[in-house]
Amino acid sequence: MIKINALGDVCPIPIIKAKKALEQMGDGEKLAILVDNIIAVENLQKLCKQKNYNFSYSKINDEEFEVIISKGIICEKTDETYDTSKKPKEDAVILITSKYLGEGEEELGQALMKNFIYSIRENDVWPSTVIFYNSGVFITSKQSQMIDDLIYLEQNGVEILSCGACLDYYNLKESLKVGSITNMYTITEKLLSSKKVIKP
Amino acid sequence: MSEKIFCSNGGCTAKLGAGVLSHILSKLEKNINDENLLVGYDNKDDGAVYKITDDIAIIQTLDFFPPMVDDPYLFGKITATNALSDIYAMGGEVKTALNIVCFPEKMDLNVLGEILKGGMETVKQANASLVGGHSINDSDIKYGLSVTGIVNPKYIYKNNTCKENDVLVLTKKLGVGIICTAKKMGEASKIDFDNAVMSMTTLNKKACEISKKYKINACTDITGFGFLGHLNEMLDEKFSAKIYAQNIPVLSGAKKYADEFFITSAGQKNRNYLKDKVLFKNIDFALEEILFDPQTAGGLLFSINENDADEFVNNLKNEGVDAQIIGKVIKKQNYSIMVEE
Repeated sequence: MIKINALGDVCPIPIIKAKKALEQMGDGEKLAILVDNIIAVENLQKLCKQKNYNFSYSKINDEEFEVIISKGIICEKTDETYDTSKKPKEDAVILITSKYLGEGEEELGQALMKNFIYSIRENDVWPSTVIFYNSGVFITSKQSQMIDDLIYLEQNGVEILSCGACLDYYNLKESLKVGSITNMYTITEKLLSSKKVIKP
Repeated sequence: MSEKIFCSNGGCTAKLGAGVLSHILSKLEKNINDENLLVGYDNKDDGAVYKITDDIAIIQTLDFFPPMVDDPYLFGKITATNALSDIYAMGGEVKTALNIVCFPEKMDLNVLGEILKGGMETVKQANASLVGGHSINDSDIKYGLSVTGIVNPKYIYKNNTCKENDVLVLTKKLGVGIICTAKKMGEASKIDFDNAVMSMTTLNKKACEISKKYKINACTDITGFGFLGHLNEMLDEKFSAKIYAQNIPVLSGAKKYADEFFITSAGQKNRNYLKDKVLFKNIDFALEEILFDPQTAGGLLFSINENDADEFVNNLKNEGVDAQIIGKVIKKQNYSIMVEE
């Protein structure tokens, strides 16, 4: 992941910095850019919309926003019956708080989780956001086998968020493979504003 | 003079957003009732108009900016052109101006000399007098004018009194904010920048004088809130407007620089403020950005009876004023402004 610190930069500097970095990057590569105001986030979003880049952001505090941009892998259209990128999204948050699904044997829990993530991907309706915290963050980092499914969901507009404090605790911050880092403030905001919260 | 000044987010891009401003203004106490105060705080006009006699009213206005260009002389000229514009937008004549100066004491005073020279020349061009001013030692440069003009109270142009079926006429081309931003980043070509400077140093005097032969229903100058922001004020939630995208006059290079994302926060603030009010029908990104772009020393937007519009525009063009019919005032719709191909 390429990182740019644009704190203190006035528009259009953060946008031009991001644009130049992205021009040098290949498909699937990610750029994380820190900016200090929401207007800069919105201007970056316009850049992504025009250039067809994937965009997500998280608010770290009032004066720090992290924007994650990646160049999309262009999915060749196959003879599938429907265009998966147009799947409807439910205003729902799926909250994953552990690397195991359900209570019982760990091995079974892990297998069930893998199946669960795969099933989200294959479902006809997608959630708007999937949030990972506590040991759930193992799923979004390098030790997980579910990365491909999550990347696919993210590229099709499902927001994937991992708790920053949890990544820190498990020493996984550098290993995050999909989605962006968030904080408890954003997590609670998402939970309160969404129509449905699903905790498997 | 090779001295350059630090050019931050200058000109009209430095304005506070309209959203923030109207929130604060709505909470202030109302003024005392003075029947001679014809245009004041309660109106959203930039200038205030106070009636002295039945035929004479004074217009007061002021504007000041951080630098939007790095040449101090041009900065002085552009800022003065912008400050005088409010008088013309109300149909007045400029009479006197006072300098407003913030300048770092330790900086080369010749720089200040160049700024003031640019301001003085512009005031002279307007056939008015520079009569004094006030200066402050400050960490950054800011310059502007407090301007007094006169107008016949019966013929004041207000900015929000357009009528249904009026035709909208715009003078000057749009895009100076984006071009200055590209210039600041070292990416604007000389010719594009020179054209923008030419536009920003052209007084709205002639356009205003010609307009006096006609019945103008409303007039405003295009500055910090961008074309769409000022048009929205003109419509005043009472009417809507249809804008013909292909007629919008755009400075050379502006579209290219918008496509390269030389866009400011002020432009995005304008977009946020008008988000639900503007409908774009098949309009490309660059033109959208230009329509939201804050203009420093922009042109005048007139709302004029449809029967007079063609003659008015021809008259303006014959006198060398860049002018276009760009839209029409219609009955209030769901959207205030519809920009069409």
